[in-house]
Amino acid sequence: MAEEQQEQGTSVRRHDGDTVSESRLSGYWQANLKFLGALLVVWFAVSFGAGIIFADTLDQYTFLGFPLGFWFAQQGAIYVFVVLIFVYVIGMSRIDRAYGVEDDDEGSDTTGEQTS
Amino acid sequence: MSVQALTYLFVGITFAIYIAIALWARAKSTTDFYIAGGGVHPVVNGMATAADWMSAASFISMAGIIAFMGRDGAVYLLGWTGGYVLLALLLAPYLRKFGQFTVPDFIGERYYSKAARVVAVVCLIFISFTYIAGQMRGVGIVFSRFLEVEIATGVMIGMGIVFIYAALGGMKGITYTQAAQYCVLIFAYMVPAIFISILVSGSPIPQLGFGGTLADGSGRAVLETLDGVLLDLGFGAYTAGAKSTIDVFAITAALMIGTAGLPHVIVRFFTVPKVSDARRSAGWALVFIAILYTTAPAVAVFARLNFVESVNEKPYEDTPAWFRNWEDIGLVAWQDKNDDGRLQYRAGIPFAGAPDFTDKRGESGQRIIANAATDTDNEVYVDRDIIVLANPEIAALPGWVVALVAAGGLAAALSTAAGLLLVISAAVSHDLLKKTFSPTLSERQELLYARIAIAVALGLAGLFGIYPPAFVAQVVAFAFGLAAASLFPAILLGVFSKRMNKEGAIAGMVTGLIFTFSYIVYFKFISPGSNTAAHWLFGISPEGIGFIGALLNFTVAGLVARSTAPPPKAVQDLVDDIRLPSGVGVAHKR
Repeated sequence: MAEEQQEQGTSVRRHDGDTVSESRLSGYWQANLKFLGALLVVWFAVSFGAGIIFADTLDQYTFLGFPLGFWFAQQGAIYVFVVLIFVYVIGMSRIDRAYGVEDDDEGSDTTGEQTS
Repeated sequence: MSVQALTYLFVGITFAIYIAIALWARAKSTTDFYIAGGGVHPVVNGMATAADWMSAASFISMAGIIAFMGRDGAVYLLGWTGGYVLLALLLAPYLRKFGQFTVPDFIGERYYSKAARVVAVVCLIFISFTYIAGQMRGVGIVFSRFLEVEIATGVMIGMGIVFIYAALGGMKGITYTQAAQYCVLIFAYMVPAIFISILVSGSPIPQLGFGGTLADGSGRAVLETLDGVLLDLGFGAYTAGAKSTIDVFAITAALMIGTAGLPHVIVRFFTVPKVSDARRSAGWALVFIAILYTTAPAVAVFARLNFVESVNEKPYEDTPAWFRNWEDIGLVAWQDKNDDGRLQYRAGIPFAGAPDFTDKRGESGQRIIANAATDTDNEVYVDRDIIVLANPEIAALPGWVVALVAAGGLAAALSTAAGLLLVISAAVSHDLLKKTFSPTLSERQELLYARIAIAVALGLAGLFGIYPPAFVAQVVAFAFGLAAASLFPAILLGVFSKRMNKEGAIAGMVTGLIFTFSYIVYFKFISPGSNTAAHWLFGISPEGIGFIGALLNFTVAGLVARSTAPPPKAVQDLVDDIRLPSGVGVAHKR
């Protein structure tokens, strides 16, 4: 995803009127993309890799009584998917905090019945 | 109590619960109606998302399809759960931050274009209706088999229930009802699965049981036994696939990308308070989904094994009651080709097309069918949709388990139908009427139109349920293919490429749509005879072509965006804002 970053000068207005500097935003976004990329590599490896492309090779090994490729395709990949999302939740909140862009602790006070 | 009385009892109790929740969670504003006021707890939202996600296809059909596809059934398991990961990582948090009501809202604002919004609305309505037709068929099957009412009556009862809580409660009512429906459906799915796992493999955990050994003390592995049985009957081995690797790859990818682009699931992430809640809620939803999705392949293996054992070479008179019950509904059939009075279950189709029952009964008492026999030895026709519903009966489980499964199947179908109806109604009242044609609409009027839209959509969906179009199965490829080729790339690029502009996005969506649409129409309707690997592009079947459609969409969008002006500054700022979790208010209209 080619992305032209604007170098400096401008700042981004947040809903609450606070601003985040352009360089901090771009640092945050790069960290986010790198983390996402790593997770998607694992995502691809367990599903398309182990479950489909290399399934025949992996089937020579047995795991919990299953041919390994078959297990990845019908069980294992799904378990890894669940773990991936929780790793994402934890990792992202760390990155959010590191760059000071986490959502407010009291975010749920906005759950009113009224509309704006 | 008879099975039928128990079924009435279970279905009655669950329906009463759904209606009570709907009354408790009435929608008072459009925010309540479209996105439940934006204040749903992540775990509750996770359950609701899971129920929304797992349709009648997941509950009723999936294990049956896997049972007959064997290894290749993994395309659904991987596709539907893997797509969920894409949704959770690439779309959900950003769409929550964006904070409006609908998917066309996002496309319309991000690409500053009414045309883009309308293209998105058209895709959305087509995808959602395709999906609903399948749900209503599920409702019809459950009603006709277990409550022994006419399918039409069953569909109308189902429609009435959905209308009450969807029109009254909107997203708020639907969310809490769906959370309850999740509990019903997962309980109804797991109880028979655990029973059958214990019966067949001795293990109370189905996920482990189907990799274990048979409980009959022979020490033989379940999978090897099934492979052996199937090979003897002329089928391929269960653990070996029949499709080419590239086709499996493409179908899985199309289902993944398509799933991530399904509007009724995306919109669920608008209902939680914060961006971090959207992430967490996605995680919980996948936990809830994974419980069913890892059980389904086990159910598939046990059911296939049980099915062969209880049907093959049995004299018709000795077939279990379930066989004749489903024969009465018309979802299994037997044609005694060699006149020996026994059911020979072999590889191949017994006769062309769906069974065409006559009024006559054969010598053994079977329903006579008018179809011309094929020259295979197979005499047994079985609709894959019955496997999960018939499973408790096939395994001779107690009557209350059978009744439970009926209630679970209805919960799965109704929860998804309600979610889809809401998306359709929001698309019509909010995106088309309010945002495109009549911006002066007051909130009260918009809410009224939303409810009218639900009623109309439900009526149409009901017609599909009562008079199921013969092409339902064929058009499922459409729903995913089109979602993959149109909505997903546009949303993804909208978040991850600041340079993407309206020209690029529209060109991409239109290219992806037209390509995918034409490919599927050609092979499914114009020239079904040539629907074989030899004629396919790169050996990719119509089910998997949405993957190529999505790639085309990305490519065209990128090229066009590069040669046209970048989006205005305000839109680039909007993208910056979407990328930051902080500063989320309640979703609001702009």
